[in-house]
Amino acid sequence: MGLGIGLGHYLTVAAILFTLGVFGIFLNRKNIIVILMSVELILLAVNLNLVAFSAQLNDLQGQVFALLILTVAAAEAAIGLAVLVTFFRNRGTIAVEDVNMMKG
Amino acid sequence: MTLPLFFFYVFSAIAVASAVMVVAARNPVHAVLFLILVFFNAAGLFMLAGAEFLSLILIVVYVGAVAVLFLFVVMMLDVDFASLRSGMLQYAPIGVVVGLVLLIELLLVAGSFVVSPEVASASVLPINNGVDNTKALGLVLYTRYVFLFQGAGAVLLVAMIGAIVLTLRHRPNVKRQDPVKQVARRASETMEVVKVKSGQGL
Repeated sequence: MGLGIGLGHYLTVAAILFTLGVFGIFLNRKNIIVILMSVELILLAVNLNLVAFSAQLNDLQGQVFALLILTVAAAEAAIGLAVLVTFFRNRGTIAVEDVNMMKG
Repeated sequence: MTLPLFFFYVFSAIAVASAVMVVAARNPVHAVLFLILVFFNAAGLFMLAGAEFLSLILIVVYVGAVAVLFLFVVMMLDVDFASLRSGMLQYAPIGVVVGLVLLIELLLVAGSFVVSPEVASASVLPINNGVDNTKALGLVLYTRYVFLFQGAGAVLLVAMIGAIVLTLRHRPNVKRQDPVKQVARRASETMEVVKVKSGQGL
């Protein structure tokens, strides 16, 4: 890791990003697009942690794992947005509270 | 303050400020653009940590693909975003409480633990500074983690097929080409030779 940058620096930034992602889900609980973006923020914070530990512990495994998380995050975004488009086509809205058709 | 530390603070400050704007922006298009800014600065942080390949992949995958996908969807759907924002502050207090508790817990954990010195010597794939980051990742990704690599490819394939299946629709009253029908045509079914006497017509 670079001169003067410690593990704690990275963990702090990742913790703040993670918290902002969780807060975004609470704040925009009607708008599913922003909820998906908040999930992306959370996954980015996790990746930051993995990379920081990888650099700190001098182990490449963390970066391999971060690469796999990146793949899953991209797939998740694609599927989530496809579901969103289909839902909007059928119902004409994307408000989360209208998604109650499957209620028993 | 060393130069890397200075850049670390610049990148992290912009990343956190943009993340705030992502969740707080009024216009979802602005939120997507701020998300792109977050990813760019996170790529800078990755670069500072020595993960060059991941840093550039983050820009290619997120800024080039995911963020553009988000922009497409936001602009394609004709959604009344103002109505989605009504009652937004209703859940803000509980969100602030949960977020603060979470942040304090995370920071307490991050600040209090120490890494045992034996851990560093027991690393599974020690980073060799003589080898490029990209090359080192490739050396393990195609050998030791080849099944995980294939699994990641399978996840992407399933996501691609799933997205196509979900969004493809066959609308009636739209003329389409049917190659099977075209190939199956025979000259005997479609053509007829008629003898026409001169001056009489058919």
